[in-house]
Amino acid sequence: MAEPMKIRATLQGDVADVRVLMAHPMETGQRKDAAGKLVPLHFIQTITAQLNGKTVFAADMSQAVSRNPVFAFKVKGAKAGDKLSITWQDNTGDKRTDELVIRAAP
Amino acid sequence: MHRTRRTVLKGVWAMGALATAVAAGLLGPGRAFAAWNKGAFEAKSALDAMRALGMSNAEDSKNIEIRAPDIAENGAVVPIDITSNIPGTTSISVFIEKNPFPYTGTFDVSQGAMPFVHVRVKIGESSPVRVVVAAGGKHYTTAKEVKVTIGGCGG
Repeated sequence: MAEPMKIRATLQGDVADVRVLMAHPMETGQRKDAAGKLVPLHFIQTITAQLNGKTVFAADMSQAVSRNPVFAFKVKGAKAGDKLSITWQDNTGDKRTDELVIRAAP
Repeated sequence: MHRTRRTVLKGVWAMGALATAVAAGLLGPGRAFAAWNKGAFEAKSALDAMRALGMSNAEDSKNIEIRAPDIAENGAVVPIDITSNIPGTTSISVFIEKNPFPYTGTFDVSQGAMPFVHVRVKIGESSPVRVVVAAGGKHYTTAKEVKVTIGGCGG
């Protein structure tokens, strides 16, 4: 299993400002290793974010997203105590889901 | 020995259950995209990718803000902030025109997210970064040139 994501959500009114860092090599299939062999494609293809089980943000993406991808997005209608879960799936079928309970703004 | 086997079995079951739950979440009716669009992602030009996505008729718009560096020192990590000011924005797509495979991704904001996304991308050589926004069944586009001094693809 892959490393856990780092997720942060900051409430501004009823909008949650979400930042997520995923640990993933995001190989483009064009890079050569030390032995001169092409490193095979290995990248996250889809991400989905759910607020209390309902999808609020989704993405399809290519290998052009940087290694250890960082995304930020803003979810409407969020409040303290809501459960935010984020899932990614890569082209090898590997996937990971991490969750966060949104806390009240300090 | 038996205890080890039991633990392993439990682990396998737990993973299986999680995988099923995740698959249901990804494939359920909440998901807006039909499937990962292989044709568009493998297109070698931005226009071909836009055609594969049905976006090639996008009209120019000044209501899309792209915040990206004018000159990126490191093409492997170029931060881009995109905000759409077009009412009813449903998705934001990114194309890096001179990358080997220009179509970088589509962000679906139609189900409760603001029309904003921040993403970090690889840019192989200086290139326009084109954004296409879908809103109300139509497509709008704008582009910003990013100069790269060290490429982000290949070794």
